[in-house]
Amino acid sequence: MISKKAHLREVYVWQLPVRIFHWVNAFTITILCITGYIIGDPPAIMHGTAPEFNYWFGWVRLTHFIAAFIFILNFLVRIYWFFAGNTFSRWPNYIPLTKKQWKGIFETTKVDVLLLSPKPIYDIGHNSLAAFTYFGLFLIMIIQSVTGLAMFYVDSDSILAPFFSKLLIIMGGFYPVRNIHHILMWAFILFAIVHIYLVFYHDYIERNGIASSIIGGWKFIDERLVKESETEQKMKQRIILEKEKEKRLKKNKAYKETNNE
Amino acid sequence: METKSFYQELMDKGYSRRDFLKFCGMMGAMLGLQSSGVAQVVDALQSKPRKPVLWYHFQECTCCSESFLRSSHPLVGQILLEMISLDYSDTLMAASGEQAEEVRRQAMQENYGHYIMIVEGSVPLGNPGYCTIAGHDAKSIFEEGAAGAEAIIAWGNCASSGCIQHAYPNPTKAEPVHKIYSGKPVINVQGCPPIADVMAGVITYILTFDRLPELDNMGRPTVFYGRRIHDTCYRRPAYDAGLFVQSFDDENAKKGYCLYYMGCKGPNTFNSCAVIKWNNSISYPIQSGHGCIGCSEPNFWDYGPLYSHIPYVHGIGIEATADKIGAGLSAVALGGVLAHAIVTNIQKHKLIKNQMDDLSLNEKEFEETESHLASEKEKIDQEIKSEKKS
Repeated sequence: MISKKAHLREVYVWQLPVRIFHWVNAFTITILCITGYIIGDPPAIMHGTAPEFNYWFGWVRLTHFIAAFIFILNFLVRIYWFFAGNTFSRWPNYIPLTKKQWKGIFETTKVDVLLLSPKPIYDIGHNSLAAFTYFGLFLIMIIQSVTGLAMFYVDSDSILAPFFSKLLIIMGGFYPVRNIHHILMWAFILFAIVHIYLVFYHDYIERNGIASSIIGGWKFIDERLVKESETEQKMKQRIILEKEKEKRLKKNKAYKETNNE
Repeated sequence: METKSFYQELMDKGYSRRDFLKFCGMMGAMLGLQSSGVAQVVDALQSKPRKPVLWYHFQECTCCSESFLRSSHPLVGQILLEMISLDYSDTLMAASGEQAEEVRRQAMQENYGHYIMIVEGSVPLGNPGYCTIAGHDAKSIFEEGAAGAEAIIAWGNCASSGCIQHAYPNPTKAEPVHKIYSGKPVINVQGCPPIADVMAGVITYILTFDRLPELDNMGRPTVFYGRRIHDTCYRRPAYDAGLFVQSFDDENAKKGYCLYYMGCKGPNTFNSCAVIKWNNSISYPIQSGHGCIGCSEPNFWDYGPLYSHIPYVHGIGIEATADKIGAGLSAVALGGVLAHAIVTNIQKHKLIKNQMDDLSLNEKEFEETESHLASEKEKIDQEIKSEKKS
């Protein structure tokens, strides 16, 4: 079968740091959820060996901590990339501040969540609703990191320890922090279920190479959409250039005036 | 009458100097002093007059008083009572009624600005009638006492963070000391009750060095509340080995394995139970086979359940553990995803089968083409009709 779709163009959407972030994140979150669940609710093991010959629970905790630090460092790199990356990975994508984004959220809900329309909507990067949920996920990631570190540094002599033990008290002590950390684990599990399903869904109906884009970085996008976004970007650049020009002119004027005096 | 020093008082009571030095040595060791520091303790207790103390009881069960009154050798409780000049303690004093109140007023006047105020129990803010002593409500008595105090020692969890009275739904609006009065330094000697030796240690420290001990972020003396029970627990190796008691009567319980699975709050609790222990260092809860309930942490009653480590989630009508709710939500999500997949196949059938004629990009365009197609269809229909007619 051959599609009736318009001409498609290849667009490099996900840069290497974004792709690395995604897979490291996916891997560490999987490990953190599994080890975290075991730490919270350890399986019943009844065996005869003395405690001295065994350390498996210690290893589980160690794995959790190592994965956690990789998770946090990885996230820090991603935070840097919010400001250094291309248009699809910059921070404004994730916070709906423009009318266009809110419209996108509304339309995506209508078309992809409630399935009210038989036709799809196409976006080059994230669709607005997905980006907004990633914003929520980033917030949860921050909360998980902070609560986790606060608990981790309790029995440590690190220079960070005083800061985080203070934070632990500010957040209400050990119990609420532990409960928050435990309950938010389920947020990741719920997110993973929906996220993976939606990849299948979009790949199934839109066939833009969305699943493979997070490996190679490229997507197939309708030519018209690409042109639209290209002109949009050119406009933006022009506005920036014009602003700079104005600034320069003002500076020149001021400089001349002071010289004349 | 000149106030005697602690040492003189002990000598009068018939203790030997040896007993006195043993006590000083023990206190020095507990406070983490070096040997010269012990000499300082001896010196202070020998020469300094005893500290005037007013001991208040509000909403509480007196378990804090019980805790050190019942401590055994070296009669810490008695020593503690001798060490301070306990001018007013409505539970222990022989006087009662008007007489007792008179003593309190007199002591306050004589030592205004110098006495230590010990508070046992939380103060109800809901209604003055909830806790009334000699016709005055707890809050006004507390404020009157706090105004002239050098420092306030909040004895036990009630005074430090409200304990069970403060637990949800807190019917009396009970509040701990540090929430009510912020003008004076407050030492929170946490626990329900605190360990007798910890109480003695705090008072010895204040008497010896004339200053308050170093406090942590929650106002607890770091010497005694600096480490988690979990990190000092003798069952810790069983925790690291993943050997947990599964029920209180199983083989693992007999072997003395870790009680984490039984809801032991040791990993969340800062106290020195596992180091100093209770009842003349005989045992502590975990050693006797029961998990720690976390009584030296604020609001520990609200973070139940006591016998499980997985939190309850309140406010969904039924009380369920977080994991059950999480698993339920995941099941719902999986079901929703499945339903969504089915509806997708029906609703987007044309798109999936490549039978979509429309190639518009946005909704508006799509609607326009839809209406355009509809009108064209109508036109064709009409043409066919007119052809048929002709």
